[in-house]
Amino acid sequence: MSSRRIVVERGTYHDSVTLMLASRDAEETEGIVFAAAASATPVNLELLTGRGFELPADLVPDDLLIAIEGVNDAALDRAAAAIEALLSARPRPAGDTAQAAPRSLRSAAGRDPDLNLAFVSVPGRYAAYEVAGALEAGLNVFCFSDGVSLEAEVVLKRRAAAAGLLLMGPDCGTAIVSGVGLGFANVVRRGPVGIVGASGTGTQEICCLLDAAGVGISHAIGVGGRDLSGPVGGLMTLAGIQLLADDPATEIICVVSKPPDPSVTERVLSALTAAAKPAVVALLGADDLGDERMVATLEAAAAKAAELAGGLVAFHEPTVEVPTPGAVAGLFAGGTLCAEAGAIVAASGFDARFVDFGDDEMTAGRAHPMIDPSLRNDAVARAALAREIGVIVLDVVLGHGAHPDPASELARVIRDALEQRDGDLTIIVTVCGTAGDPQGLSSQIHALEAAGALVTRSAASAGRLAVDAGGGG
Amino acid sequence: MSILDGVQVASAGVELFASELESQEAAVTRVDWRPPAPGSESCLARLAVAGTAAANDRAVARMQEAHPRLTGIGVAGDLIADLEPGTFLHAGPPIEWSDMAGPLRGAIIGAALLENLATDPDDATKKAAAGAFHFVPCHERGTVGPMAGVVSPSMPVWIVDNEPGGNRALCTLNEGLGKVLRYGAYDSEVIDRLRWMSAVLAPVLTSALQLLDAPLDLRAMIAHSLQMGDELHNRNRAATSLLLRTLMPALLTIDHPRSDVVDAVEFISSNDHFFLNPGMASAKATADAAAGVEGSSVVVCMARNGTDFGVRLSGTGDRWFTGPAGIVDGLYLPGFGPEDANPDIGDSTITETCGLGGMAMAAAPAIVRFVGGTPSDALATTDRMYEITWAESDHYQVPALDFRGTPLGIDCREVVHTGILPAVNTGIAHKDPGIGQVGAGLVEPPMEAFTEALDALADSSTQTP
Repeated sequence: MSSRRIVVERGTYHDSVTLMLASRDAEETEGIVFAAAASATPVNLELLTGRGFELPADLVPDDLLIAIEGVNDAALDRAAAAIEALLSARPRPAGDTAQAAPRSLRSAAGRDPDLNLAFVSVPGRYAAYEVAGALEAGLNVFCFSDGVSLEAEVVLKRRAAAAGLLLMGPDCGTAIVSGVGLGFANVVRRGPVGIVGASGTGTQEICCLLDAAGVGISHAIGVGGRDLSGPVGGLMTLAGIQLLADDPATEIICVVSKPPDPSVTERVLSALTAAAKPAVVALLGADDLGDERMVATLEAAAAKAAELAGGLVAFHEPTVEVPTPGAVAGLFAGGTLCAEAGAIVAASGFDARFVDFGDDEMTAGRAHPMIDPSLRNDAVARAALAREIGVIVLDVVLGHGAHPDPASELARVIRDALEQRDGDLTIIVTVCGTAGDPQGLSSQIHALEAAGALVTRSAASAGRLAVDAGGGG
Repeated sequence: MSILDGVQVASAGVELFASELESQEAAVTRVDWRPPAPGSESCLARLAVAGTAAANDRAVARMQEAHPRLTGIGVAGDLIADLEPGTFLHAGPPIEWSDMAGPLRGAIIGAALLENLATDPDDATKKAAAGAFHFVPCHERGTVGPMAGVVSPSMPVWIVDNEPGGNRALCTLNEGLGKVLRYGAYDSEVIDRLRWMSAVLAPVLTSALQLLDAPLDLRAMIAHSLQMGDELHNRNRAATSLLLRTLMPALLTIDHPRSDVVDAVEFISSNDHFFLNPGMASAKATADAAAGVEGSSVVVCMARNGTDFGVRLSGTGDRWFTGPAGIVDGLYLPGFGPEDANPDIGDSTITETCGLGGMAMAAAPAIVRFVGGTPSDALATTDRMYEITWAESDHYQVPALDFRGTPLGIDCREVVHTGILPAVNTGIAHKDPGIGQVGAGLVEPPMEAFTEALDALADSSTQTP
């Protein structure tokens, strides 16, 4: 005893070839003895009535009939699904090569359902709309652009969280996701430490220190500097922790941020507890560390994460032979590196004049100093002219996205500055990079050392050297 | 796929970053990003946090669900409550006599003569100039009209009902080519033809339609026609043939004088654009169904009055946003050139509003010369329209694009964002009343109408998490 089913779709037109293909697909389904997707023309009605199907009386030729006969209801369901799949398929035009490039992220996502991440680096005033469109299209977003209002960030991150998507940024400088560096990212080995970072260069330095210690990174998720503020509430930090908690490759979770809103700190700590993986929380510059998982510097974060992974952060730290007392100028491309070194210098009572050339106000309408260091390099030359300055502290950040050879131009500036000052100026450079970085770590370090700079590998180390060079605290 | 299992990236902005991704052997699609239309930064930023997407889903779902059927023919004055003698509907956004272009003035004069409201053209002109007549856009009365689009009370109109949306749209019957009212002609030949259409053509067609088993399914007929080389704006040859074929058995059966039936069939057979008007009413019924969705940026009306090009959005109610009507870039009939052309005119852009006409150019290889020459240009035109539409039609397909659905639901945000204007096919009217069609081609709508509409939408939108 077989089952029969009739489905009527009123006023639905498909060309006859498509209907034949759909009928054939359905008839090839297991347990089906007859299947037809056909217009309700008199001929078809007669055919179907002849096969014992009971048809509604009010059919017109523009109606689509799906008639299926099979061994049981499950077989009918499968055949109906096969027909529906073929009729609803919207194939893309063949020969895509001739197709013009998509004009929006939404359009790109519509063309290729496999896309899962939008990289937004348009001028800041347009960024919110691009992010919104990408989220609407179901894409995770890495938003390098700044210039999105805090209010918009809150709305967009709520939307992302509700949709189960990650919105890295706005103003997100770095991420490493499944081995691919986004924005400014160093080439690091894969390994057990997963990072969620609200600080771009902070995350980069931890990655580099871990890499040097032989400890690899599973993923480094950027969230943008405002994520842990009260209004945003750590939405993406929490989402990132959840992703890493569920990620089998991640064994240790490291969160990096400026000290957040206290309510947000609580939520982050609970989320890490729930993740049930060893954790390090770097709250940079924090005075009060109420939890054993918490540290206050990048250097301590890297050391603790390395220790949890069974590694050790260690590198050669140069020594200051002749102090050059005076004010300490810090001229940085990386904001967090600037803050970490500057805090150490200021804490020792020096006249610390630290400037972050990567700050939003300095980058409006021009490239980031990691890409175009000319503005910062000019400032080095100017600082060297100021006799009251005894120490200049700088950073060089390597990796994808950064200038292809930042050391060579800077080395020239350093050499000129040191020659001009005749022994009463010390220049210290922290190099944030790995052996795998495209610029070549050792050649970059060598160029800077050859010019007379003291080169170190962490911002904290650079800060300590500056204190030494300035003649102690 | 989760990004933790591999990233497939679309990149908009700095090329360096896309190159860096490629150097890491990541899959990257580069978006051809360009700055949006000037002055739109603030409104796009405000709309980024509005609930436009959900509103557009609702509006476009209503377009997808629309099922326009031809339910009959009626008399305009009976169907449009306030269409009294002395009131005239016209194409496009609101306009007064003093600003009207030649073809629209001519059509008003002709309609005044048809309604016996003036003794001669001079009398009609004087009365119009003196403010004796009242002018209302067709679109504000659930109606559309090609070219001048003038509708007066005695004219017969197609009645198209969209049952899923519970709405109705009307459109006049097509007069044919040459010297016709919609191009501003008003001599006795024109008036006599209009009277014949009321007295003979409409009753014959009404009787034939009544004999059909069910109301004529325009959605299905349009879907068929797209697969037969029509785009339903500048080419209606297949649709007209299908319409006549569908009605033919009934026409041979109805109880009307045989000579009337023969005249009606000859009239329809000799006019490739006879289907344009029911097709426009079908599109109007579809677009109106999507109107009035709060916050939606979907375009529900594009229409021109020969002076201005007007746009309305689903989320901005009854407001019109206008810019100057453009000059059509096209091919001219022998003896005419661009100097003869009137700026863009007519409600027929309702077809483009619903993803037909220029939007579906790829379906009509026979008329690709209007858009620049080759079938591949036509494919590229339709392909580009997907950049500015919210969805693809579930019902209308383009064979040459592997039966992809036509681009549906013009998203005003994306028009402004990408700078891509809807592709519009259209006829060209002579600037002087009464000469008629002098060519056909492609016209570019004014961007300012879209930027102003979007600005108004942003003003009325609230932030939606």
